[in-house]
Amino acid sequence: MVESKEIFKIVVVGHVDHGKSTVIGRLLYDTKSLPEGAIEKVKRISKETGKPFEYAYLLDAFEEEQKQGITIDTTQIQFHTKKRDYVIIDAPGHVEFLKNMISGAANAEAALLVIDANEGVREQSKRHGYILSLLGIKKVYVLVNKMDLIDYSEEKFLDVKSDMDIFLKSINVFPQKYIPVSAFHGENIALSSEKMPWYKGDTVLDALDIFEKDKEITDKPLRLPIQDVYKFDNRRIIAGRIESGVLNVGDEIVIYPSKRTSKIKSIEYWQEKDKTTKAEAGMSVGITLFDEFFYKRGEFITRKDDEAPLVGDTFKANIFWMSENRLIVNKRYKLKLVTQETECEIAAINKVIDASTLFSNDDAKEVNTNEVAEVVIKTKDKICFDEFRNNHVTGRFVIVDGYDISGGGIINGLEILDAANKFIKGNVELPITCFDEYYYLIPSNEIKKVAVERKSYKIGDRLPINGDTYYYPDNFDVVDLNNELSALIRDGRLVDLINLNEYEYKGYPVYSSDGFLANVKNQDDFINFKNDFKKSKYGLVDFANKWYDPMANKRIVYKAV
Amino acid sequence: MDRLDMLEAESIYILREAYKSFGKLGMLWSVGKDSTVMLWLAKKAFFGHCPFPFIHIDTTYKIPEMIRFRDKIAKEYNLDLIVYTNWDAINNGMGPEKGRLVCCKALKTDALQHVIDKYKFEGLIVGVRRDEEGSRSKERIFSERNKESEWNYTNQPPELWDQFKTDFPKGNHIRVHPILNWTELDIWQYIKRENIPVVDLYFAKNGKRYRSLGCAQCTGQVDSNASTVDEIIEELKHTNINERAGRAQDREDAYAMQKLRKDGYM
Repeated sequence: MVESKEIFKIVVVGHVDHGKSTVIGRLLYDTKSLPEGAIEKVKRISKETGKPFEYAYLLDAFEEEQKQGITIDTTQIQFHTKKRDYVIIDAPGHVEFLKNMISGAANAEAALLVIDANEGVREQSKRHGYILSLLGIKKVYVLVNKMDLIDYSEEKFLDVKSDMDIFLKSINVFPQKYIPVSAFHGENIALSSEKMPWYKGDTVLDALDIFEKDKEITDKPLRLPIQDVYKFDNRRIIAGRIESGVLNVGDEIVIYPSKRTSKIKSIEYWQEKDKTTKAEAGMSVGITLFDEFFYKRGEFITRKDDEAPLVGDTFKANIFWMSENRLIVNKRYKLKLVTQETECEIAAINKVIDASTLFSNDDAKEVNTNEVAEVVIKTKDKICFDEFRNNHVTGRFVIVDGYDISGGGIINGLEILDAANKFIKGNVELPITCFDEYYYLIPSNEIKKVAVERKSYKIGDRLPINGDTYYYPDNFDVVDLNNELSALIRDGRLVDLINLNEYEYKGYPVYSSDGFLANVKNQDDFINFKNDFKKSKYGLVDFANKWYDPMANKRIVYKAV
Repeated sequence: MDRLDMLEAESIYILREAYKSFGKLGMLWSVGKDSTVMLWLAKKAFFGHCPFPFIHIDTTYKIPEMIRFRDKIAKEYNLDLIVYTNWDAINNGMGPEKGRLVCCKALKTDALQHVIDKYKFEGLIVGVRRDEEGSRSKERIFSERNKESEWNYTNQPPELWDQFKTDFPKGNHIRVHPILNWTELDIWQYIKRENIPVVDLYFAKNGKRYRSLGCAQCTGQVDSNASTVDEIIEELKHTNINERAGRAQDREDAYAMQKLRKDGYM
């Protein structure tokens, strides 16, 4: 048998120049994980560039990185202890390379957050801490580095620790350890430091082995998102990776969102030695089912006895935005969640947060580069997902803008979006879209109905009766035949909201709750109008064409997306 | 799942994503151990089938055993194999004596560009690994190249949570790297576990063996007595000599590979 250990992935993050790459370089050096000539090569580069020796050059492979002494892109490097194999992910600390830091950190199971003891907690220390919490990385050690610069002082170490702890607690990150180190001098990296006798804890190397790997992924409900369906021979094989849970031949399954049911007939294989009747989370498998109906990429296969995924087209999410183009509402983006892909738009931006100051803006209309936001996302098609806190892999997604992945997000839950604005009286509510604007969007060349703000209007409230693309008289009635409610508007204010059977036509123009003028001139018209609606419940297009004039009080205005 | 199980599952997932994402997809097969492992992974991913062509860029300077092995495996596996040589350059006298990097560019990079243009490939599966050398260590799994196959390595787009880059302007293509996270030792342990046939040149004869394969003139052997897969695994656990130490083009310049790869080299 080939001996093969488990892999554990750790990202090293922190502010620029606080010594991330040096920590990694020193770990590799002290554990003799470097190939012959690596240190000599670094010494040669130092000499050529006229810069002092830096362990960081071991990882900063690009010419631009070595010449400028910065990490531009993330990389991974491996080393092992007796216990297991480590993949160490190096992440850049400059704010302009945050997208690369996130690309690296998103793969990690645990993190080392490096803080310069002399400089203390800085902007990227905090921002990176915030990103870790968003990515769901809960296993964190803080390394207080460059202890040599503060004479290995316990007092100053405790100051930095206390500063960082206050910030991290506020974003629900609870580091399991704070370790004082000097990476350059190798203090507390692989060997206990004699210069810091006051520190009784583990070295970084010993502490790594203490991190515990998540095991519970196989205990969660089965999630097998269909990746592809193959028909290379007489088998019709559904291919995909099991993201959580386990499956066995014979299991009864449900496919979401269609909710069709079947039973697992076989787990397919090429090599005889891979023949099996059970598979678990992490495996890329191919299965066949007893029932051959149409299945397609993106659908979730789950076990009948397991908890069902959420299915919907509107959900609340926390996102981080990495693109130079800002994220805005009512623009079309592509959303990818495991193997699902659909169009989406941002229905609402609830809050934009500066990840380093935690300053939050509730009135923001857009999300800029490197900002974090709480948003409501509406997808074109219904998709399957879980809340991130229940299942990381099926609770996160990316947003593609143009050609590039531009944002990532985690799902907080299904959202029942208020259909639009509302008229409210006591506990009676009438959803309305009569104050939506009609825009001809450029460059997408389409006409779009857009809710500019989401608001509820109570009795007595002044209404926005003149918009960019619509206008109403000062006095009119809104009649919603479907909800059987009528609203009375006088002098531009909402004065009453009553049941339809209490409503009498008083000569004021009648509009639908969508803002279309009804061809009603007297009480008889009104009765015909009501009766026609009842008869035409399944032919609303004919009804609408007969009774409404959609453009009576509207115009269309060009708008840039 | 142990380490090899995890790596195998990840590679299969990547291969299936590539197959789903690109209409015109091909796999580069240098006949070396890495791309031969990748060929095996493809057979696993697609249940014994290879649903895309395999491309061998033949510089005419390859070690003859490699070509014999290539033709034998291609026949056994019934591969759709495209062999391409940049004959224009060869006929004009291109060879390592013109300068190693110049030769690599003409007979590998340019040849590959001709194949991409001819077959209009949107996706090319390439068996590079992070631990081979610096510029590969910084790669993405799905890595875009422009029409001239250039790599904009200082401004790579985000790649996270196994969501790969599948949107790009027409004419560009994606290099897909299914075994990016494997190490040399993983490759050999997997060859042992799966009993994958590899070319004999890797096994020591008379105290020498090849650790990395390329063109005859530019590929040196290392001192070794490892004549079986087990012995190679044992050797790799204790060596601290770089895998590509025998590859002359890497040493032409401190950033030789970065420069070659920026222009479209594998």
